[in-house]
Amino acid sequence: MILIARSGPTRAEATSLATHLVLAAACLIVLAPVVLVVIDSFKSRQSIFGRAFDLPIGGSFDLTGYQLVLTRAHFPLYFLNSVVVTSVSTVLILGIGAMAAHALAEYRFRFNRLLVVYFALGIMISIRLGSVGIVRLLSGWGLTNTIWALVAVYTAQGLPLTIFIMTQLMRQIPAELKQAARVDGANEYQVFWLVLPLVRPIIATVAVFLMIPIWNDLWFPLILAPAESVRTVTLGTQQFIGSFATDWQAVLAALTLALIPPLVFYAAFSRQLLRGLTAGAIK
Amino acid sequence: MLRVHCATSRFPLHIVVFIAPALVIYTVLMVYPIAATLAESLYRATGSGSGGQTAFAGIDNYLALVGARPWAVRFWGALEHNVAFFLIQFLVQNPLGLLLAVLLSRPGLRLGAAYRTILYVPAMLSIVIAGFVWQLMLNPLWGIVKASLDVLHIGGLFHPWLGLESSALIALALISTWQFLGMPMMLYLTSLIAIPSEIVDAARVDGASAWTTFWRIQFPLILPTVGIVAILTYTGSLNAFDLVFALQGPLAAPNYATDVLGTLFYRTYFGGMGTAADPAMGSTIAGMTFVIVLAGVLVYLIGWQRRATVYEL
Repeated sequence: MILIARSGPTRAEATSLATHLVLAAACLIVLAPVVLVVIDSFKSRQSIFGRAFDLPIGGSFDLTGYQLVLTRAHFPLYFLNSVVVTSVSTVLILGIGAMAAHALAEYRFRFNRLLVVYFALGIMISIRLGSVGIVRLLSGWGLTNTIWALVAVYTAQGLPLTIFIMTQLMRQIPAELKQAARVDGANEYQVFWLVLPLVRPIIATVAVFLMIPIWNDLWFPLILAPAESVRTVTLGTQQFIGSFATDWQAVLAALTLALIPPLVFYAAFSRQLLRGLTAGAIK
Repeated sequence: MLRVHCATSRFPLHIVVFIAPALVIYTVLMVYPIAATLAESLYRATGSGSGGQTAFAGIDNYLALVGARPWAVRFWGALEHNVAFFLIQFLVQNPLGLLLAVLLSRPGLRLGAAYRTILYVPAMLSIVIAGFVWQLMLNPLWGIVKASLDVLHIGGLFHPWLGLESSALIALALISTWQFLGMPMMLYLTSLIAIPSEIVDAARVDGASAWTTFWRIQFPLILPTVGIVAILTYTGSLNAFDLVFALQGPLAAPNYATDVLGTLFYRTYFGGMGTAADPAMGSTIAGMTFVIVLAGVLVYLIGWQRRATVYEL
C-alpha cells in the first residue's frame, strides 16, 4: 500500500524534473551565445580572452569597442534608415493590402477569383528571384542607393500574404453591418472605414510579422542600397564586422547594438507574435 | 456588343480604387521583374562590353548551366549544397522541435510560456547577426565552444568547423537549425494542443503507455504539420545566401565548400571577385532556382498534401 502510494508521485516528479531539465538546457543553448556576446562587449580585450565567462565588473569594464563603433560607423544613422524603411513599408503594405482585401472579400465582380489566385502566387515565390529585373527597373528610375528603393520592394513583397490573410478575415465580417451603413446613406468608401477598425487586432499581428523580415534582410540593402548614407542596421553591421573582423571589442559592440532592437521589439510583442503563430498554424 | 459595353461601363469605380494600388505595385515590382528575369535568361550577349547587343538563345543558357564548363561544376556543386543544407536542417530540426513541443504540451507544466518565449528568441534575429554570433563562438581564438566541450570532457572533438572544407556547410546548416528551431516547435505544439484531451485520456485509460499513445495517436494526427515544416524549411533554405555571404564571403569559403545558388547568382550577376559580370547567366541561375522552388512546391501540394490523411477532429 505504502509502496504504491509513494511510487506514484515520485515517478511523476521524476518525469517532471526531466522535462524541466531538457527545456532549461535548450533555453541555455539558445540564450548563452547571445548573452555572452552582450556581456563581453563591455570588457577590455584581455578579459574578453582571459575571462570570457565573467561579468564586466571592476577592472574588466571597458567601452573601447563602443567608442570605435560609434566613431567609425554611423550606427545611429543605420538605425534611423532601418526604422524608416521598416515602418513606411509596413504602413503601406497594411493600408494598400487592406483596401484590396476589402474589395476582394466584399464585392462580386469579374476577375475576382482570378485576382485572388494572382495575388496568392506571390506567397510561394520569393521576390528575390526577380532581383535582376528589380535592379534594372529601380536603377532606371534613379532609385538605387535610396531608401525608397527598399520601401518599394518590401511593399511589393509583403502584399501577397497580407492580402491573403486579410481577405479571409474580412469575409467573416457580418454583412448586415455593412448593409445597415449603406441604408443609412454611407458610400462604399465610408463602408470601408467602418470595416477597418473591426480587423484592427489582426492588423497588429500582421504588422509584427511583416516588420521582422524587413528589418533583418541583407539581400536587398546589399544589391539596391549599399551606400553608407542609406545603409540599414543589418547591412551596416555586416559591412562593419567585415572590415573590423580582427578587433574583437568592436565586433562584439557592433553585434550587441544590432541585437538590441529585435530583442526589445520581441519583449514588447512576443505575446502577439506567438499567438499569431499558433492561430496561423491551426488554419 | 451592347452588353459588353454596358458591362465595362458599369464596372464600379470604387472597386478599381480599392484594388489598383495593390495590383499595380505587385505587378510592377514583383511579377514583372520575375518575368523579365526569366525572359533575360533566354538571351545571350553578342556584342562585347556592357550595353551590347543581345540575341535570342532559347534554352542554350540553361543547357550551358547544367552541362558545360565552367558553369556546370559550380551549378551542381551549389545545388548539392542547397539540398544538403535543407536536409541537415530538416532532419535535425524536426526531432528536436517535436521533442520540445511534446515536453511543452505536457498538462500542468509550469513556466511553459517562459520556455516557449525564450526558445523563439533566435528566430527574431537577422540571419546575419545570428551567424556572426556563432562565428565568434566557434572561433578557436576565443574558444567558447571548445571550453564548453571541455566541461563535458569532449574538448578533443573540437575543430574550427567553419574553416574546414569537410564541415563548413554542416556547421552553417546547424547554425540555421539553432536559429529557427522555434518555428517547428511552435507548429508542432499548436497541433498537439489541438488534439482533444479525451482521445489521449481514453488511450491511457485503456492501458496504453505514454510512448504508445504518442506514436499511435498523437503522431499520426500531427503528421500534416511535418509537411508544412518541410515546405517552409525548403523555401527558407534556398535563401541560405545571407548566412553564407556574411560568414564565408561571396566566394563561399573554404574553396567553394559552402557555395549555394544564392552566392553563385551574386558572383555571376554582379561580377567582381576575379570574374566579369554576366547578367544573362545570372538570370539563368535565378530562372533555374525558380524552377527548383516551383518543383518543390508542386511536390508538396500534389504528392504530400493531397495524399496525407487528414483526420477531422
